[in-house]
Amino acid sequence: MKKIKGVNDFVVKFANVNGTGSASANHLFAKTIFRMGIPVSPRNIFPSNIQGLPTWYEVRVSKNGYLGRRGGVDLMVCVNPQSMEKDVASVDPGGYFLYDSTKPLPTHLKRDDITYIGIPLTQMCMQEFEVPRLQQLLKNVVYVGALAALLNMDLSMVKDLLADQFKGKEKLISSNVQALEIGYQYALENYKCPLAIRLENGNADAPHIAESEHILMNGNTAAALGAIYGGATVAAWYPITPSTSVVDAFSKYAERLRIDPGTGKRNYAIVQAEDELAAIGMVVGANWNGARAFTATSGPGLSLMSEFLGLAYFAEVPVVLINVQRSGPSTGMPTRSQQSDVLAAAYASHGDTKQVLLFPATPRECFDMTVEAFDLSERLQTPVILMSDLDLGMNDWMSPPLEWDDKYEMDRGKVLDAQGLDEAEKWGRYLDVDGDGICFRTLPGTHPDKGAYFTRGSSKNEMAVYSESGEDYVQNVDRLLRKFDTAKTYVPTPKTHPPIEVKKPKTKLKIGTLFFGTSASPSYEAVEILAEEGIPIDTMRIRAFPFHNDLDDFIHDHDLVFVIEQNRDGQMRQLIMNECQIAPDKLTSVLNYSGTPITARAIAGKIRETLNTHSADVVALRPETA
Amino acid sequence: MSYVKPKFRHPKLPTNSLGYSVADYDGAISTLCAGCGHDSISAAIRNACFKSAIPPHRIAKLSGIGCSSKMPTYFLGRSHGFNSVHGRMPSVATGASLANRELTYIGVSGDGDTASIGMGQFVHLIRRNVNMTYIVANNGCYGLTKGQDSATADLGSVAKGGAVNPFDGIDLASLALLQGASFVARSFSGDKEQLEPLIRAAMAHKGFAFIDVVSPCVTFNNHAGSTKSYAETRAHVDAMQLDFIPMREEIRTQYEAGTSQTVTLHDGSVIHLQKASSDYATDDRAAAMQAIQKAEAEDKILTGLLHLDPNSQDLNQLLNLANKPLNELDKDELCPGSRVLDSINQGLR
Repeated sequence: MKKIKGVNDFVVKFANVNGTGSASANHLFAKTIFRMGIPVSPRNIFPSNIQGLPTWYEVRVSKNGYLGRRGGVDLMVCVNPQSMEKDVASVDPGGYFLYDSTKPLPTHLKRDDITYIGIPLTQMCMQEFEVPRLQQLLKNVVYVGALAALLNMDLSMVKDLLADQFKGKEKLISSNVQALEIGYQYALENYKCPLAIRLENGNADAPHIAESEHILMNGNTAAALGAIYGGATVAAWYPITPSTSVVDAFSKYAERLRIDPGTGKRNYAIVQAEDELAAIGMVVGANWNGARAFTATSGPGLSLMSEFLGLAYFAEVPVVLINVQRSGPSTGMPTRSQQSDVLAAAYASHGDTKQVLLFPATPRECFDMTVEAFDLSERLQTPVILMSDLDLGMNDWMSPPLEWDDKYEMDRGKVLDAQGLDEAEKWGRYLDVDGDGICFRTLPGTHPDKGAYFTRGSSKNEMAVYSESGEDYVQNVDRLLRKFDTAKTYVPTPKTHPPIEVKKPKTKLKIGTLFFGTSASPSYEAVEILAEEGIPIDTMRIRAFPFHNDLDDFIHDHDLVFVIEQNRDGQMRQLIMNECQIAPDKLTSVLNYSGTPITARAIAGKIRETLNTHSADVVALRPETA
Repeated sequence: MSYVKPKFRHPKLPTNSLGYSVADYDGAISTLCAGCGHDSISAAIRNACFKSAIPPHRIAKLSGIGCSSKMPTYFLGRSHGFNSVHGRMPSVATGASLANRELTYIGVSGDGDTASIGMGQFVHLIRRNVNMTYIVANNGCYGLTKGQDSATADLGSVAKGGAVNPFDGIDLASLALLQGASFVARSFSGDKEQLEPLIRAAMAHKGFAFIDVVSPCVTFNNHAGSTKSYAETRAHVDAMQLDFIPMREEIRTQYEAGTSQTVTLHDGSVIHLQKASSDYATDDRAAAMQAIQKAEAEDKILTGLLHLDPNSQDLNQLLNLANKPLNELDKDELCPGSRVLDSINQGLR
C-alpha cells in the first residue's frame, strides 16, 4: 500500500454525532493549525437537527493557501458508528482512518488500502473521568490530543487555545488538558508519530496568505460588523438557518458598541418580527423615514419578502437585505449550501423589476460589501441584496483582517433637508433633474410646508401625484431602468487576475472562467491544476449585478467560457445570457448542487472533460456523497 | 361626486395655537363615493389634528390597500404619507416609528386590510405597543373589489345580492382588548362629536391606540338587511360621549358629580367621559370586555373609549431606545472606528 504523504497539504474529516460537543473540539483542531501559520479552512457539514444525527467537519490544510474544498479525504476521524460504513468508504486510497477502538472494528469495514488508527476513546474516558457528561464530551478532546501527536501539532498552542476557550471556567481547563494529554500519550506509545501526512509550523507557500496577518472568522459575523460600521440602526428579522447568526452577531456587537454613553440607552433597535413579510416591512418603513435598516434571511424568506421588494423598487425606498443562500425549500436541506437564489433575487417581485446584487467571496468582502450596500441603497434609492451563502456565512474562513478608514462618510444619497428645499427652484419627488434616473427624496418631518409627498407603489407622475395614466407609468419605469444603468457605475467591479503562464499550451482555444462567491476559491485552484496540465485559463470573478461592461468584453474575448456555480439551472449563466445578449453556446455551465460546497477537483474534472469531448453545453456534476 | 376642490377660504378662518387654520390640514379632494363614511373619518382626523395643534409636517400617515387606505390622500396634505402593501401597514409603521420616535403616526386601515390579510401584523403591532393611532374604517365589506363580505361582516347580515353571511364576524375591538392593547375605542363615522375627541385622545396616548370606526359603505353595504348600514348603526348605537382636554388647556367645563369619569393621559391631557348605559372604569380591561359582550347581547353597538391603560409602555421604551431619533444619529455615534476594529481583528487571530 502506498500511503498518502504530504506536509501541510491534506484533508481531515471528522464524523461525529451532533449535540455531543464535537464542534468546539474540532474548532480547536482547526484553530491550532491556523495559529501555527498554516493556511487552513474548516467546514461544518451538519444536519437540520439539534441532537443525535450524523454531522461532519472537514478541515482543508493547504500550504498553497487554497481555501475552497479540494475533494477527497486523506484522514478520517470517525466517532460515529451510524455513519462508519460510509465514512470508511470515503477515504482516499492510501489514506488513514482513526476510530474509537473500545469496540473492535467490524470485519466488513476493513479495507486493505488504508491505514487504521484505533484509539480506545470511550474506554480511556471511562477510566479517567467520573462525571458521565465529561466522559462523553472529553472523548472529542482525547482525539484532538491523539491528532496532535499523529500530525505533529504544537501541543502548547492547543493548550493555550483551551485556556482561551474556557477563560473564567478554570475547573474545565484542567480536565480538558488532561484529556488532551492522555490522547497525545496514547498515540505516541502505540503509533509511529508523526504520520506521513503532517504539519510543520509556519510552512505556508502562499504569497496571498503571507501578505497580511490573517484572521479566522465567518461571513455572517463579518456582515454583522459591516452593519454596525455602516451605521445600521434598525434590524428586523425572522429566524431562519443559515442567516440567523447575522443578527445574533449584530446584537452581540451592538450591545457592546452602540450604547449611548450618557443615558445607557440603545442607539439601535432589533425586532424579531412575526415573519419575513413583517421583517422587511419594518426595514422599508425605517428606511423611508431615514434610518439605515436591514434584514437577513435565506431562500424561503427571500420568497416571502418579494412583495415588499417590489414595493421598495417602485416606491424607491432603500433596503439592505443579507441573503445567506441555502438549498431548496424548507425541510431537508436548510443546513446545506447553494448559490441558488440568483434569479429569484435578481428579478425579485411582480412587474418589471431588477434588483441590485452584491456577491462577496470572503469574510472581508462580507464586511466591506455590507457597508457598501447601505451606501448604494441610499445612493440608488433601491434595495441592495448581499448574496452570501451558508458555506461563507457559517464557516470560519481565513481572511485578511477587516480594515476601516476613519475618514469614511456615509453616502446618504440625494436627500433634501429644509434648507435644500428652500433653495430648490422646483421640487418633485420623481423629477429626474440630473438625468441619472435618481431623484431627490425628502424625509417626513423635514419642512413645515415643502417636501411632503405621498409614497405609493402604483403609478404616479413626476410630482408624486396619483395617476393611472399609461404615459406617466411608462415614463416612470423607463427612468427606473435608467437608474439601474447608473447603478453599473457604482457597484463593485469584477476581479481578474493575471493569467498563469503555461509554457507549452495544449490548446489554442482562448478559455475563460466566470464565477462568484464561494465558487471562487475552488475555481482558482482548479485553474492552477489545469495550468499545470498545459491548459491556460483566464478568470473573472463577478462581484455585482447589474453587470459591468468588462464582463461583456471578457466573454467576447474568449472562445469558450465556463460559468462555475452552485445550483442546478446555471442561474448566473442564464442571467448573463439575458442581460448581456450572449449566445447560449458561448457559455458552458460547471455546476454542483449537492448541498456540499463545490470542489476544485470536480471543477477541473468537468473542464477537462468538456475540452476532451467538446460537446455538451451544460455539464452537471453528479451529487457527491458526503 | 365633486372633482374640483374650491380654493376659496374665508379670510378670517380661526387658527389654532400654532397659527394654522383648519385648511392647512386639508388633503386632496376625495375620490371615494359620495356619502362614504370614510370621508367623515378623514374630516374628523383633519379636525382633530387642527384642534390638537399638531404641526402637519410632524405627522406621518400610513395605510395599507383598499378604499380605507386611500383615505390618507384626503387629509393632511402637508404630511408625508405611505400607501404601502395590503395588510402590511403595521410593519411599515413599526419601522417608521423606530426610525423617528418624535413624529405622530396615524395608520388608516380597513376591515379587509386588518381583519383578513393583515390580521397577523395587526396583533403583533398591538403586542409591541407601537406608539401610533390605528384607525379601522369598518364597513363589513370589500369596497374596491365590489362588495364581497369581509371578516368583520356580522353573522346573518344580508349582502347586496341577497346572500346571508353564515360566519361569525371578527370583532376587532374585542380582539385588541384580549391582546392587551393599551387604548381601545369604537366609534361611528356619523358621530363626529364622539370621533374627534377620541382621535385626539388616541394621538396623545403613549402607545398603541386603536379605534374601530363603523363606517358604512354607501354603495355595497347600506341596504336593508345589512348590519353596517347608516340606518342600522344609528338605530343600535349606544354612544358614550366624551370630551378631550389637552394638557395645555385650562379645564373650563364643569361636570355634574357622578355623571362623568375622568381619565388622565401620560402627558397630562384629560378625557371626560359622559356616563353611558354601561358604566365601568376604563382601566379595567375585563370590565370593558364584559360591557362589549353585554351590549352585543342586547343588540347594541357600544361606542366610546372602551379601555385605556394609564401605565402603557410603548415600543421605544420597551426596547430602551435612545432619546434622540435613530435617524438623526451621526457617524460618530454609530461607527466605532478603526481602533475598535483592530481589537476585534486581534480577537480573531
